[in-house]
Amino acid sequence: MTTVGEEGKDKIFFVTKEDHATPSNAELVEEDPDDPYEERGLILPSGEINWNCPCLGGMASGPCGTEFKEAFSCFHYSKEELKGSECLDQFRAMQECMQRYPELYPQEEDKVPEENASKAEQTSEEASESDADSKSTSDPVQESNSTESSVES
Amino acid sequence: MLKCRNVWRKLAPFARASSTLCRQNVKRTGLHNARVPGHVPTAHMATGPTGSGGENRLYVLVIGAVAIGGGIYAYRTIQEGKQRYEERIATNTSLHHQSAKQTTTSVQIETPATEAIETEVVPESEPQAAPSTEEPSPPVPDAETAAPSETTEPLQADEPVLEAAPEETAEAPAKPLVEEEPSSEPGPAEQTEPSPPPVVESEPAASESPAAKLSEPPAEVVAESAAGLDTAPPSLALPPHAPYLLIGGGTASFAAARSIRARDPGARVLIVTDEPDLPYMRPPLSKELWFSDDPAVTDSLRFKQWNGKERSIYFQPPSFYITAEELSNAENGGVAVLTSKKVVHMDVRGNKVKLDDDTEISYDKCLIATGGVPRNLQVIDRAGEEVQKKTTLFRKIDDFRSLDKVSRNIKSITVIGGGFLGSELACALGRRSHHSGLEVIQMFPEKGNMGKVLPEYLSNWTTDKVKTEGVKVISEALVKSVTCKDDQLEIKLKDGRLVKTDHIVAAVGLEPNVDLAKSAGLEVDSDFGGYRVNAELQARSNIWVAGDAACFYDIRLGRRRVEHHDHAVVSGRLAGENMTGANKPYWHQSMFWSDLGPDVGYEAIGIVDSSLPTVGVFAKATAKDTPKAATEMSGTGIRSESETEDVASSAVAASTPAPAVTHKDDYGKGVIFYLRDKVVVGIILWNVFNQMPIARKIIKDGEEHADLNEVAKLFNIHED
Repeated sequence: MTTVGEEGKDKIFFVTKEDHATPSNAELVEEDPDDPYEERGLILPSGEINWNCPCLGGMASGPCGTEFKEAFSCFHYSKEELKGSECLDQFRAMQECMQRYPELYPQEEDKVPEENASKAEQTSEEASESDADSKSTSDPVQESNSTESSVES
Repeated sequence: MLKCRNVWRKLAPFARASSTLCRQNVKRTGLHNARVPGHVPTAHMATGPTGSGGENRLYVLVIGAVAIGGGIYAYRTIQEGKQRYEERIATNTSLHHQSAKQTTTSVQIETPATEAIETEVVPESEPQAAPSTEEPSPPVPDAETAAPSETTEPLQADEPVLEAAPEETAEAPAKPLVEEEPSSEPGPAEQTEPSPPPVVESEPAASESPAAKLSEPPAEVVAESAAGLDTAPPSLALPPHAPYLLIGGGTASFAAARSIRARDPGARVLIVTDEPDLPYMRPPLSKELWFSDDPAVTDSLRFKQWNGKERSIYFQPPSFYITAEELSNAENGGVAVLTSKKVVHMDVRGNKVKLDDDTEISYDKCLIATGGVPRNLQVIDRAGEEVQKKTTLFRKIDDFRSLDKVSRNIKSITVIGGGFLGSELACALGRRSHHSGLEVIQMFPEKGNMGKVLPEYLSNWTTDKVKTEGVKVISEALVKSVTCKDDQLEIKLKDGRLVKTDHIVAAVGLEPNVDLAKSAGLEVDSDFGGYRVNAELQARSNIWVAGDAACFYDIRLGRRRVEHHDHAVVSGRLAGENMTGANKPYWHQSMFWSDLGPDVGYEAIGIVDSSLPTVGVFAKATAKDTPKAATEMSGTGIRSESETEDVASSAVAASTPAPAVTHKDDYGKGVIFYLRDKVVVGIILWNVFNQMPIARKIIKDGEEHADLNEVAKLFNIHED
């Protein structure tokens, strides 16, 4: 049962679970997928990579940003059977760069860059839907998550 | 000036002629005194050959008079201006350590004509005159003539410029210390090719320099000069030009730097901050850092988040940045930070700024992210040094360090202010009081904590929570006076109550830093304070403002100024995007959060002002609905990040359902809507987490909703 109270100009409702069981009939404005003002996920509507995505943390802007961008772009546009297989050089360059900055890119796992890439790709597909969805991605890569967080701002 | 001279010369004969005419006419009108020159048709302009003599003469007379008057005025102004200019130059060269003698004199020679009349030009020529070389201030003994001559050679012209010994001694102490850059070099690109002799000349005088603090640099420069180098030493310390210049080294600035680097490959970004620290985040300074078990936390500034993950308050470790010296040459660009340097002057026309050590840096795009300075209570300002020594204004890392130290050594501390910062600090200190027996008092004029943000019923509820954290809350307290007695502070309130305490923390607001508004010609907002910018955060061409200092136009919510961490990130990022050509307005609404202890936390978005009518929809909270649980799930302590930067949210291990915890009051979990003209402009998620995107959507829509309970359903407040 919904109980209503009032404290002057402030209205208070107390609602039980049953009260909220029926779906909401509140009308929300339809989202425009091409709205230029909106914040974008990792992949822009045009298919390009959004290097400014907060999800990348500092990867694209740090000292190894250029190498990262090259490697990840190669991976993203790769049409090979094994995605990114032709990008080994770029990934190697990126890794070499990252090894020079162990503080910024902790080398707990050698697979970090590739995992980042594949994880980011995964997320990119969901990111275009909504923020909430990307959260539900259950990602087996716990480790890279922790390395990611230490890099993030 | 030359122009004027020419004009004068042209007009002179004319003036003479007309002055004669004038006298003649006066005589004539004097004789015909009854007749006013009204008979001259005023509309008749022509002074052609057939124009009537009288009209013609009158016309010439008027023109002549104007010409004379104008000529006299121009002449006087030129002279005055010249005088002022000379004085100014003299004062300034005596002030400046570096004596770009060549440039000064060449400037003198070139610009005496153009400088004088407009005084604005004078400051401009000063920076030209004094690039950032660390050379000794001009020697005193050579001051021969007080009046500088304009036509002498550079060598001799040094002397008149290097005059004014008394001024020097008077001004020198006022000059900011330039000890940070012992090997600094010339900055501005405008520096003309110097010639060796003046340098050699200054050498012997270096030791006579009255300013004692120059003892280090002169020794170095003397060595350099002795080596026969010209005044442009080989290696550059500070870059003379930064394509992207960010003034201020806080959250907004860092977010902009990151944005610029992401969008402009190889961008060179220079951050100039007056703090000694690299960019860091502020929220943990009043929250997590206080909860740390690490005794060395004041040094490491690392904090453990609820899930055990540790991180530093610095956005990036020092290895992320490149040095200012490397900036111009770095192949892929980078971000350089100049610490402990303050920008004191901004020349928008010339696209350059001047630092407190007189270095000039020119830019292509500039961001002003200067944040603000904590406000103080007037009564404390006036209370004298004793009181102020026992008062902390909290904002920076140093304030955290000193407050941490102080709070360990005293018996009683009082926080004045009931907003976010005050309440968080009070709670943090209150928790510490459990171990140390420290008495923590919090006082504020409102009825309850966050009285200006939360509706009254929630504010009261929050105040009770704060009290359980060990804080003695004194509400409706207006401080009348503060005195120091027996090494204790006595706070007298307007209603007569007296509070004795050892130390005060004043958390009474932030004064946005708009120091550059005057020199840059930027507008300051009178309602909210801060620089006035448009929806794209632009103040003027090539100048953007972000963070606490920006009063911007929010398309949805109107003009506002926001002092929260996430806003600094969002606006900094947006400014960086716009500096790289995006032209996007402020659209993604920033959020903020507050935790008052582990059991009470909320996230909020939009305009959350308790004076607005509100509608609150509440359910009962279970043990899972606490900030602790929320951060454990998302893995970060910075709540805004749990939304945006958590790419792969860790698989949430299903927590064993805890028994429902009922609170004494029923405000465990809920959503509060703030309305303005029936439209939701602000939302608080009270112990409801990870629902911010929906809240953002509702505000973005800006719709009138008939039944807010239906809207509340969208938040699934009953969900575990």
